[in-house]
Amino acid sequence: MSAALEFDALDVAYTVRGKDRRVLRGLSLSVEEGKTFGLVGESGCGKSTAALAAVNYLPRNGKVTGGEIRVAGKDVLGLSWSELRRLRADKVAMVYQNPGAALNPSIKIGAQVAEAFTVRGVPRGEANHLALEALARVQIADPGSVMGRYPFQLSGGMQQRVVIAMALAKDPALLILDEPTTGLDATVEAEVLDLVAQLQAELQTSVLFISHNLGVIAKMCDRVGVLYAGRLVEEGPVETVLSDPRHPYTVGLLRCIPRGGVRKDHARLDTIPGFLPSLGAELPGCVFVDRCALADDRCRAEEPPLTAVGPGHEARCWHHDQAHALPRAEAPELAIRPVDRKAAPVVRFDDLGKVFKQHGHEVHALTGVSGEIWAGETLGLVGETGSGKTTLARTLLGMVAPSSGLVELDGTALEPRFQQRSADELRALQIVFQNPDSALNRRHSVRRILLRSLWKLAGLKGAPADKRMLELTESVRLSERTLTQKPSQLSGGLKQRVSIARAFAGSPQLVVCDEPTSALDVSVQAAILNLLVELQADGGVSFLFISHDLGVVRYISDRIAVLYLGRLMELGPAEVVFEGPHHPYTEALLSAVPTVDGAERERIKLEGDIPSAASPPSGCVFHTRCPRKLGAVCEETEPPLRDVEDGHLMRCHIPIGELRALQA
Amino acid sequence: MSVAAAAGSEARSARRERLHLLRRSPSVLIGAGVLAFWVACAILGNHITPYDPIYHQSPDVFAHPSTAHWFGTDRLGRDVFSRVLAGSRDILLVAPAATLLGTVLGTALGLITGYMRGIVDDVISRLIDAVLALPLIIIAVTAIAALGTRSEWAVAVVIGLVFTPIIARTVRAAVLAEREQDYIQAAQLRGEKTPYIMFAEVLPNVMPIVLVEATVRLGYAIFAVASLTFIGFGIQVPSPDWAVQIFDNYTYVDPDWWTVLFPAAAIASLVVAVNLVSDGIQQAYER
Repeated sequence: MSAALEFDALDVAYTVRGKDRRVLRGLSLSVEEGKTFGLVGESGCGKSTAALAAVNYLPRNGKVTGGEIRVAGKDVLGLSWSELRRLRADKVAMVYQNPGAALNPSIKIGAQVAEAFTVRGVPRGEANHLALEALARVQIADPGSVMGRYPFQLSGGMQQRVVIAMALAKDPALLILDEPTTGLDATVEAEVLDLVAQLQAELQTSVLFISHNLGVIAKMCDRVGVLYAGRLVEEGPVETVLSDPRHPYTVGLLRCIPRGGVRKDHARLDTIPGFLPSLGAELPGCVFVDRCALADDRCRAEEPPLTAVGPGHEARCWHHDQAHALPRAEAPELAIRPVDRKAAPVVRFDDLGKVFKQHGHEVHALTGVSGEIWAGETLGLVGETGSGKTTLARTLLGMVAPSSGLVELDGTALEPRFQQRSADELRALQIVFQNPDSALNRRHSVRRILLRSLWKLAGLKGAPADKRMLELTESVRLSERTLTQKPSQLSGGLKQRVSIARAFAGSPQLVVCDEPTSALDVSVQAAILNLLVELQADGGVSFLFISHDLGVVRYISDRIAVLYLGRLMELGPAEVVFEGPHHPYTEALLSAVPTVDGAERERIKLEGDIPSAASPPSGCVFHTRCPRKLGAVCEETEPPLRDVEDGHLMRCHIPIGELRALQA
Repeated sequence: MSVAAAAGSEARSARRERLHLLRRSPSVLIGAGVLAFWVACAILGNHITPYDPIYHQSPDVFAHPSTAHWFGTDRLGRDVFSRVLAGSRDILLVAPAATLLGTVLGTALGLITGYMRGIVDDVISRLIDAVLALPLIIIAVTAIAALGTRSEWAVAVVIGLVFTPIIARTVRAAVLAEREQDYIQAAQLRGEKTPYIMFAEVLPNVMPIVLVEATVRLGYAIFAVASLTFIGFGIQVPSPDWAVQIFDNYTYVDPDWWTVLFPAAAIASLVVAVNLVSDGIQQAYER
């Protein structure tokens, strides 16, 4: 049987500053007819380059320097320009990460989807008809009205469905999905993945699925290849590779992910020490040797071949039989202080509401949100996009003045806006941002960034400031050398450490962590999470931790708050919220997360998109999407936030006992 | 080599590459060469001219270009070649001075409007729109007439002021994008005052745009000074300024073309040279 896509010893190089740098090193893989092949690895390892090479669509400075690419048996590199164009039009379809950028913002959806047909010679009238069918096939409700809309009028999930509809218009022999659900909410991601899996089964399309998320790969793929520094280091059936990894890199990746209910008081996360080799570095031995605890002289001198380690399972490691015994990079123990909830809370927010005025509409971003955060505690904040997580955080910081309610620090009410707050109050509440590139001034050195914060937040200057700066950099594990560098010279993880050091310059009481690891690779994420936990164990700081990654939230949080449409739906100890009984919304969120273990929970589908906060539904705001809706009572009366069992608050009409029985 | 050190050398080599790129581009080299030539002429002035550009008056008026007078002589018998060489001095003082003034004021105004937004931005932006609606020359002529002094420094000030809103608008756009960055919020949350954020946090990040805009403006400034001079509002006789020469001699252009052509070509060469350099800088920053 011929494969839909075959790479044979593929070498790709990018020309950077006049030098060829190898990006793919002898990559061989094949996507079999009707199967899904997953390609996984951290950023910079060559995943996207492989996807682009498949249709010979490398950027201007990239070129194939060796090997072969075959799509459905056809040698792609030997094709003329017009043959290549036909191949891209008829045989291969691609779906990228950002659907907003894949769609033309000034052309209506109907015309764009129809173009996918007309380009292949279908007459215009018929193309419109086919476009309607294609949209219906990707489960877009009311495709007729969607045809007449512009991309910006659709949500991210809808946009990605449209892109998928266009990709499938030609009934492609090969579908390449490059991080298709990264950046979408977990609930939307789950729906898109379900759709792709269902269409794939229906149409028998062969798929190359690229993702950094092992959970997604586990859910979607038949086989998986692990890419590191342009080298395929392990390949095999998904279940085998994830349950019995034989390359230390795969083992490390799997250990970095907080999963299986592991929490900060159980163990530190393991990390992969060191960094990816720089682009095009000469690597005479094993590509992973610098970061591998099993490496010996042989690994440094001689590159291991791909060795069969099981049926259809290969690993590129001399020590594949010891991979499971890879020593941990981090000592597992960590003494966590218990949180004393008898004392007064550090921060208390009471009945916070925020109404934004937008084009004459009132948008209720927050409605009656109350809660406390105690010293040394992490409050996790979860919810879909638009649920009010960021507004809540910004209200505490004073970046947004609440329309009602108040925020207290150590029992004293804070001014609504940060401009009116005292220096000491500013020092007490700090933030670590999501995007490390945007969080640091590109023109300032790390030293300048830290010294300025020490001056403004701790009042330190001169020698004492220098001394404290060194302590700070040490506590976030930054080497002294980085002090003279500018942010552009640092990796994402290092930048995030600088950002954390800055927030800690004045010994804060509460640090808002707004998705601090979502822009980072999993191994770096693990190191940053460890760091935050250590800082908390040392200094008793509290965190308000926002994340869409429920595994991460579960790992780091003591208590969890679930927001939906600006309302607190559930608040309780992390274990209780995760183990249940949960609020039906929380239940749906949890069921949407793909797990590495492949142990699929029963998916609870949420109907439609999150309603507009400008006109929230009557009664319980979740009733329009609730799979456990009781009836009229949910539409008419909003349930109160009740304490259902010690410290577990829930906003639902269904009695706790009944929920327990339903969710058992 | 550690990764951090490698990253450091990468960034340094990026800077070096930018310089290298500037040096290698033929158009930048030509532009810089022409510019350097005229700057040298402006500095050396009378020391390198074959004749005194103002006081040497040969009895041979309107002499054709010859070995004695390469570019011929004008209506008073002055050597056109000497006058073209010496004629770069005034414009190379006035135009950069005007550009500098416009850039400093425009950058400050752009920072304020872009960072403050709200009512300050609305008012100043509408004023800027109003100023930009009028042709530059009309404003300049009116302003100089109102000032009542016809010195080249008045011209520099007026052109600088006319450029201010144009530069302010470009800088404002850059500042609007920059103020959305999280480091601005971080600065606010550690209690920084607005002037510090504007000048210490935002300004360094919009400097490349300011630099490019300034070089573009310099080209326009040369052109504007020459235009104003030609209509009698700029640099005044007896300066051997190029536009003064054209003004002096344009009625004789047929048949004594050399009196106008060579100074005109000199102006053109200077404007083109500045634009070549400016394009090069822009491209080097955009990569």
